[in-house]
Amino acid sequence: MKPKLVTSLDAAVADIPDGARIMFGGFGGAGFPNNLIQALSRKGITDVTAISNNCGTREGELGVMFKNGQVKHVICSFPGPHANYFQERFAKGEVTCELVPQGILCERMRAAAAGLLGFYTAVGVGTEVAIGKEERVIDGRRCILEMPIYADYALIKAQKADELGNLTYRLAARNFNPVMAKAAKFTIVEVEEIVPVGSIAPEDVITPAIFVHRMVLAKGMRFQG
Amino acid sequence: MTEKSRLAREQIAQRAALELPDGAYVNLGWGIPNLIADYLPKGLTVYFHSENGILGMGRRAKPGEEDYDLVDAMKVPVTLIPGASIFHQADAHLMTRGGHLDVAVLGGFQVSEKGDLANWKIPGSKGSGGIGGAMDIASGSKRLIVCMEHNTREGAPKIVKQCTYPLTGLECVTTIVTDLAVVDVTPEGLILREVAPGWTPEEVQQLTEAKLIARGSVPAIKLA
Repeated sequence: MKPKLVTSLDAAVADIPDGARIMFGGFGGAGFPNNLIQALSRKGITDVTAISNNCGTREGELGVMFKNGQVKHVICSFPGPHANYFQERFAKGEVTCELVPQGILCERMRAAAAGLLGFYTAVGVGTEVAIGKEERVIDGRRCILEMPIYADYALIKAQKADELGNLTYRLAARNFNPVMAKAAKFTIVEVEEIVPVGSIAPEDVITPAIFVHRMVLAKGMRFQG
Repeated sequence: MTEKSRLAREQIAQRAALELPDGAYVNLGWGIPNLIADYLPKGLTVYFHSENGILGMGRRAKPGEEDYDLVDAMKVPVTLIPGASIFHQADAHLMTRGGHLDVAVLGGFQVSEKGDLANWKIPGSKGSGGIGGAMDIASGSKRLIVCMEHNTREGAPKIVKQCTYPLTGLECVTTIVTDLAVVDVTPEGLILREVAPGWTPEEVQQLTEAKLIARGSVPAIKLA
């Protein structure tokens, strides 16, 4: 089997093409694959469709990619109070944005992961979110049709991996990471610690190795504020 | 009319805290709701839920004990109480949307007489706006309490016949706690349950666009 572990951050993202649809894990400063984001930005990628809960914290997290104009479209739930580089580009029309209720963002990714071609939900009925979506009544409740969100890549952050790619996460740094790992066609993980196969008890595995395609060892990088 | 004193934000939170039953699973939103954790009545245990995947969130971390892998939805480092659990974001919102939480408390810009909520975007505001977890929470809560000021800074009523701000959810609010009143949303209309000390139901009605129904004498808000 081809080893999943690569030796550098730059190598981990080297084959991601311009125009890729990419999911980025993280929430509230925790669990962001910041080392991979820096490498992706450094490589000079362009025209990315980014799928993430938020749109960066100043230059941190996805901020650097908005600062450099590397994202053309974003699907997110809450750009965030310090997403100034995103907001500047958005105001100029240089990046477009689809806002999705946070749990529905998760479920649309889960649908993609699970081979489900859509689902009905009451979330967003009667709001801006429902515009252009099929509406029907089920069990007396108005609901709208939500479609899967697919991605070519997921960039995620885990705490520990074995050499096969079984993953665990630390505390609330888990957040979107396991959801995205399952939804994307190709998942790249930055991980703080690699342990031999068998070192993680099977029942403690949070993301099974089947969802992990490439890993790189990196000390977590965090942006405050 | 001389302006009488209204409840402070902390007092709105303190009053809302009295609505939480012992043992409840509770989500607190941004703004006034986030203050509620500081005003739990003695002897009451509630399990705070955070949309990033925590059940059993404890107090905020003290200086020196911050762990930035353990933050709440506002990015503030928090602690866990014994029996807490951690899960991913999809399960966190499965709990909000799927009706598993007992109570959710959100901030609000407007609530309509039918219990529609607008709380995520001010019309004409710059930028993209942001929805976050509010629509999932509004859609699935068994009981949704909205904490807000009764009027905008300019004096406009926030309890209205119909929301004019972008909506978060339709017919989702159960109870409204403001700096002037406690109001229940019912099929018969908005029931004025309590008024701020020193205020009459008529005075509160004058500052409210939607019709408030007072059944008999309306007691004053008590904070304990």
